[in-house]
Amino acid sequence: MPLLKNGKEVEDPWHLAVDGDTLPADGPVIVFLPRWKAEREALLRRNSGVGVRLKNTDKVAELADDLDRLGVVALEFPKFSDGRAYTQARLLRERYAYRGELRATGNVLPDQLLFMHRCGFDAFEATDSRVLRNWENVVGAFSLFYQPTGDGRATVTNLRHTRAASDNEGSR
Amino acid sequence: MYAYDEYDQAIVDQRVAQFRDQVRRRIAGELSEDEFRPLRLQNGLYLQLHAYMLRIAVPYGTLSSAQLRQLGHIARRYDRNYGHFTTRQNIQFNWIKLEEMPDLLADLARVQMHGIQTSGNCIRNITADQYAGAAADEIEDGRVYCEIMRQWSTFHPEFSFLPRKFKIALTGSPNDRAAVRVHDIGLRMHRDAAGEIGFEVMVGGGQGRTPMIAKTIREFLPKEHLLSYLEAILRVYNQFGRRDNLFKARIKILVHEIGVEKMRAAVEDEWQQIKDGPLVLPQATIDAIAAHFAPPDYRPQPADQPEVDLLRRGDAEFALWEKTNLFPHKVPGYAIVNASLKPEGLAPGDATAEQMEIVADLADRYSFSEVRVTHAQNLVLPHVAVKDLPEVWRRLREIGFATPNLGLITDIIACPGLDYCSLANARSIPVAQRLTHRFSDLARVHDIGELQIKISGCINACGHHHVGHIGILGVEKNGEEFYQITLGGSADQDASIGTILGPALSSNAVIDAVDNLIGTYLDIRQGGETFLRTVRRVGVAPFKERLYATA
Repeated sequence: MPLLKNGKEVEDPWHLAVDGDTLPADGPVIVFLPRWKAEREALLRRNSGVGVRLKNTDKVAELADDLDRLGVVALEFPKFSDGRAYTQARLLRERYAYRGELRATGNVLPDQLLFMHRCGFDAFEATDSRVLRNWENVVGAFSLFYQPTGDGRATVTNLRHTRAASDNEGSR
Repeated sequence: MYAYDEYDQAIVDQRVAQFRDQVRRRIAGELSEDEFRPLRLQNGLYLQLHAYMLRIAVPYGTLSSAQLRQLGHIARRYDRNYGHFTTRQNIQFNWIKLEEMPDLLADLARVQMHGIQTSGNCIRNITADQYAGAAADEIEDGRVYCEIMRQWSTFHPEFSFLPRKFKIALTGSPNDRAAVRVHDIGLRMHRDAAGEIGFEVMVGGGQGRTPMIAKTIREFLPKEHLLSYLEAILRVYNQFGRRDNLFKARIKILVHEIGVEKMRAAVEDEWQQIKDGPLVLPQATIDAIAAHFAPPDYRPQPADQPEVDLLRRGDAEFALWEKTNLFPHKVPGYAIVNASLKPEGLAPGDATAEQMEIVADLADRYSFSEVRVTHAQNLVLPHVAVKDLPEVWRRLREIGFATPNLGLITDIIACPGLDYCSLANARSIPVAQRLTHRFSDLARVHDIGELQIKISGCINACGHHHVGHIGILGVEKNGEEFYQITLGGSADQDASIGTILGPALSSNAVIDAVDNLIGTYLDIRQGGETFLRTVRRVGVAPFKERLYATA
C-alpha cells in the first residue's frame, strides 16, 4: 500500500502483523495493542523495530511508558467521518510527547490530510492514490490557523500578538 | 461589531478558492457525488427536495447593514429574490445552482460571510442573545466570547468529525433569549460571590427525537479558561460519544447514559491537564476582541419626546407596536426595535431582497449600521433613538415588518418543512400561515397575550416544537399529514419540554385545535396569568379533555 511520509511517497518498510500470525523472523513489525501487551518483552528484544497500531477505542495512555521504544504508532480511521483518532493523535503528541512516526490508516482521504497533519500525523497509508498526488495542494490550501495544536504552526492569535508588539515597537 | 482582520479574511478567501476547485472537479466529473457530498456540506450546501439549499452563517446573530444588503443581492442574483432566516440565527437560500456557488461564496466573502460549518458533524454557528450589547438586563456583551469561540471552532482539526453536530449558545443576561438549555453546550454569564463575571456551563441539552434540558457541569468558569474547558468537553465527547446509532450520537445521550456526575468527572479530569496550556485567554486577547464590540457613539437624548407621545396617543397601531415590538435598551433615550417577519399569511422568517435592503438602510440611518437575527426568525434594529421610532415604524410598516405581534400567538417559529426539506414528514409553513389568518384580530391576539407556537415538520425539531408553549409536530400517517400537539414547553431560563396532548390531528383539525386550546386558557386563566403559567398551574388535563371531547 502506498505510504506518504513527510509529504513524499516512500517504501513502507513495516510489516503489519495481524493477531495470531506468526511474526516474520526479522524486519520491523507493527502489532495491535493486545499483542503488544502480551508479548512486549519478546517484541522489544527484536532489533529491527516495533510499532503499535491502536483501535480508535484504545486508550493511548496504555502506551505512555513505551513511546520512546516504538518506531511507529498507527491509528485508524474506519470511516473518514469517525474522528476519534484525531484526539488520540493530539494526546500522543501533546500529552505524551511522542516524537516517532504517527501513521494514519484506514479511510484516509485527501480532504482530511490537513486536519490530520495539524493533529500530529506525519505518515499516511492511502488506499486512494489521490492522497499521494494532492499533498501540496491540500496542505497548502490554508496558510492560517486559529487553534494551537502543538503542530508548530503559529496561530492567528500569535500573529496578532507579534504584530501588536512590533507596532508598539515602531511607535516608540 | 466584529470586523475581520487580514488573517480572518485570508482564511475565508482560501476557503472560497478551495471550494471553487472542488466544484470544478465535480462538474468535470473528477469527483463523484458521493465524494463531493461531504465537501459541499462543509460549505453549507444541501441538496433538498427541489434544488440546492445554501445555509449561510450569521455568527451570534449579528449582521452589519453591508452584510444584510449583500444578502439581498444574493437573493436577487442567485435565488428567487428571497431568503429564509432560521431558528439558529442563520439565513438559508433555497434555489441555488451548483455552478454559481463559487461566485456566490466570493460575493459573501467580500462582506466577511460564508457557509463554513453550517452543516456536518462539527461545531456549528454559535448563537447568542439577539439583544447582546444593547439589552438593559444584560451583565455583559456575550458576543465577545462568541467571537472568541467562533475563531477557536473554525476548522478545528480535532473536532471536525464528531459523532454528531454540536451547537453552542450563550446568554449574557439572566433572562435567557438564546435557549441555552436546549443546546449541546449552554453558557450563561453571571457573577460569582467575589463579583467576577464568568460562565455557568451546561451540557447535554437538545431537541430532536430525544429532547433534553442541559445539566450544569460547572457553576462558575472564569473567562480565561473558556476555551480550555470547551476543548475538554469536546474531547470527552469525541472519544466517548456514541457512533453506533445516528439517533443516539448527540452529547445529550452520552450525558444521559453515563450521568452528569461521571460526565463532570471526565471533563474536569481532562481539563486539569490542559487548563494552563496554550488555550488560556489572557486579558489582552479578550480586550482585543472586546474592542470590536465597543458601544456605538450614542448621543444624549432629550427626556421629553413630544412627537412620539403625540403619535402614541393618536395612533393605536403605533401604540400597540411600541408596547410589543420594543425591548428596553441599556442607554436612556434608545430602544431595541424588533422587525416582525411574521405578517399575516406569509412564511415565518422569509424576507425579500427589497425588504433586506430597506432594513439595511434603516440600520444605517437609525441603528449604527447594525442588525440582529433572532432565533425566533425576526430581525432587530438594536440601537434606535426613541425620537426616531415613528419614522422607523412607518418604514417597517411599509414593508410589512411592523406587525405588533412579537412574542404573541402569531409570532410563530416554523421550520421549512415539506415545502422544501427532504427530511420533513409534513408541511410547517402552511400551518403557520393558516394560524396567522385565524388569529388576525389584533385585539384578540393581545388579549391572549404572551404565547409561543413552534412548528416542526419532522422529529428533528428544527422548528423547536418541544419548547413551544404550544408545540406542533408534523407526522405522516398513511401518506397524509398529521400534527401532534405538545403543551407547556419553554426555552427560557425555566426551560421545559412540552407534554404530548394526545393523538395526532389531521391538517384540517389542527387550526381548530389551537383555537380550542386558547378557549380553554381564556376560560381558566387567573388574573394576568400567561398561557404557559396556566398550563404549569393546571397541567395539560383540562386542555386535553376539552380538545378531545370535541375532536
